[in-house]
Amino acid sequence: MNQPSQLSDKAIKNAIPEKKKRPKLTMKQSKYLFVYICLLLPIIFYLGIRIIPTLYTFNIGFREWNILSPEKPFVGLENYATLFNDEVFRKSLVNTAIFIVIGVIGQVVIGLFIALLLQRINRFVGFFRVIYFIPYVTSIVAVSWVFRWLFMNNGFMNEMLVTIGIPPQLFLNSPNQAIFVIIGTMIWQALGFQMVIFLAGLENIPSTFYEAADVDGASPFQKLKMITIPLLNPTIVFSVVIGSINFIQVSFTQVVNMSVDSAGGPLHSTLTIVVYIYQLAFRQYSMGLASAATVVLFLFILALTIFQMKVLTKKFDY
Amino acid sequence: MKKSWFNAWLLLAILFLAACSEEDSDEGDSAEGEGTSDAVVEIDYWQYAFDSKVNLMDELIAEFEEANPDIKVNQTNFPYEQYNEKVAAQVPAGNGPNVINLFYGWVPLYVDSGYLQPLPQDEFPHEEIEEEFFPMVEATKLDDEYWTIPTAVRTLALFYNKDLFEEAGLDPEQPPTNWDELVDYSKQLTKRDANDRLEQAGMAWEPSQQGHHWFRDALIYQAGGEGLSEDRQTIKWDDSPAGFEAFQYWLDFPLTHKVAERNFYTDDVTAFMTGHAAMNIDGSFRLGTLQNDAPDLNYGIAPLPSKNEEATQSSFWTNGITATTEGAELEASVKFLKFLTSDEVMERWLEEIGELPAKQKVAQQDKYLQDERYGAFIEQLPNAQAHFFIDETRERDLVIRAVDRVLLEGVDPKEAYDELVEDTQALFDEYWGNR
Repeated sequence: MNQPSQLSDKAIKNAIPEKKKRPKLTMKQSKYLFVYICLLLPIIFYLGIRIIPTLYTFNIGFREWNILSPEKPFVGLENYATLFNDEVFRKSLVNTAIFIVIGVIGQVVIGLFIALLLQRINRFVGFFRVIYFIPYVTSIVAVSWVFRWLFMNNGFMNEMLVTIGIPPQLFLNSPNQAIFVIIGTMIWQALGFQMVIFLAGLENIPSTFYEAADVDGASPFQKLKMITIPLLNPTIVFSVVIGSINFIQVSFTQVVNMSVDSAGGPLHSTLTIVVYIYQLAFRQYSMGLASAATVVLFLFILALTIFQMKVLTKKFDY
Repeated sequence: MKKSWFNAWLLLAILFLAACSEEDSDEGDSAEGEGTSDAVVEIDYWQYAFDSKVNLMDELIAEFEEANPDIKVNQTNFPYEQYNEKVAAQVPAGNGPNVINLFYGWVPLYVDSGYLQPLPQDEFPHEEIEEEFFPMVEATKLDDEYWTIPTAVRTLALFYNKDLFEEAGLDPEQPPTNWDELVDYSKQLTKRDANDRLEQAGMAWEPSQQGHHWFRDALIYQAGGEGLSEDRQTIKWDDSPAGFEAFQYWLDFPLTHKVAERNFYTDDVTAFMTGHAAMNIDGSFRLGTLQNDAPDLNYGIAPLPSKNEEATQSSFWTNGITATTEGAELEASVKFLKFLTSDEVMERWLEEIGELPAKQKVAQQDKYLQDERYGAFIEQLPNAQAHFFIDETRERDLVIRAVDRVLLEGVDPKEAYDELVEDTQALFDEYWGNR
């Protein structure tokens, strides 16, 4: 009762071991305590399923472990050395970079384009929004298989090509084309999400800017370049960051379902880092290598996100 | 107010205690089971989740428990993908199974990790196993011990579409029997459209499905070659010209004869099921799929077409006893394993699941040899090979890569083949080097 009413964390902690004394808390103090306990539970959960496993992965990355063996001998940086000497791993890094660069740029540019078009029209807006948004809420596995059938040797795409006199293409069977077919599918599927984000961003640009520009006689392109793009910058940064992370994660399901051997083929041309990690861990049971690869992926995403935050975020004041 | 503070901590404490006591009570139970001999012995049986197997096993366990009232068997199932993870997590914690069902290719990993104990020789004498079972069960004989024993096995055979045979003017009761006939038939069964695109494949050809097994365990042996040395350390494909002959023959289907394409109608099973491929090499495990997904398909099954020798590939799921099982539990486990490998269970396994009996005497009964579905698979069992896999995924990938190098990059088949032999040998060297 005689303690100061602004009870700090420290005071609570000190109070706990002194159970026997049973310090009498004020109503305010016990209220705080209740709040802290409630806040603590999600943190414990988060620690248990995120932080501790992550640290554990870092640890396993320095060890050799085939998932079943009881011992996990420490091997230092050997796993990392093996990975960087492994041409398949290097190929998966390059592929992941291609997925992100082409996928994210394509997704953002086309998404913005569609949002701008949709903003222009007054009729059937709802209809078009639904049309563009449906792919986003469709199951990835279903979409992957539909595209696999569209692009197979005897599929619809080759049928079209032959009809207009172009020789049939290998598409998913070709080490040069397969990755782009998969990226195209992913862009198509993510467009709906990008469109919604950009539409929301466009709504926030006051129309007075455009009116002023009209008075000055600005062309549509000038308006886009000088008003829309700069004011959309926060939205674009958000889209790019979310898109990149999505591309790294989602590329797993797409690649597994669309690549010809379900493992990043042909000739590892569509293999991404996440697919390779899965194969190392749960097909070859090299948990050490898989953990090391996961750490590399972690650093890769970290670096990418920091880079995007620093480079893309600019302040515009009007 | 004091109350709410107190209650919150009490709640946490209860949660904590509850979490701990759960483990305690588990240990208590198992200790009790071992201590009192009159009480019912409980053993755990694990297999992967495959509906028909799980259901049959439930029935079998009920019968076994009726015959042995002092034993209780608990069945636990995990999805195929998570199976090894679960074992790795549960066995060291003391919650693992007593009898475990494993894919034969995993057994070396389990033996090396110390999870299995050798089958007791007084109950499963080596001479008896070698006399009664088909020779491929030796694939899990390591360090001169049998570590596991299967109920049933699977083999590959030629599936062919009788309607398409008739359409092409071939006798649907006379499937190809040798290498040359197989090529000849596939050519006659292939259709191309006006733009020279494949419309109907004479042969479904898929290295990533059963194709690599067909090459490794059937074609090489048929050409007169061998797979592995006696000590399983050396790949012997290159010891005779047979290895390359088999590779070339296999590759010629898409490369020279152009009767097949990779990923035609996405995969071989789909192509065959939808009538776009006239023949396919597939396993006995596909019978169930065809029955469910293509009940109207009019197809026949024949032994694999052969050359100098007859051979087919086989694989199996097999049962072992875990290293931590002892005393009364071990006795019960052995009894259960004997039951699982009894003649009656093998017959039911064939009739209800479609996997072939692992014992020669049971498999080679007239009623099975004459069966139009199982006959061809069973007929080939004495010539079946089960490759000793170091790492099935990586060995499969090497074969696929060799094929892709030739088909997509235009590399000379001999060069791709030499690379395949070398890289596969490197995998084996790595494995034996670490052992």
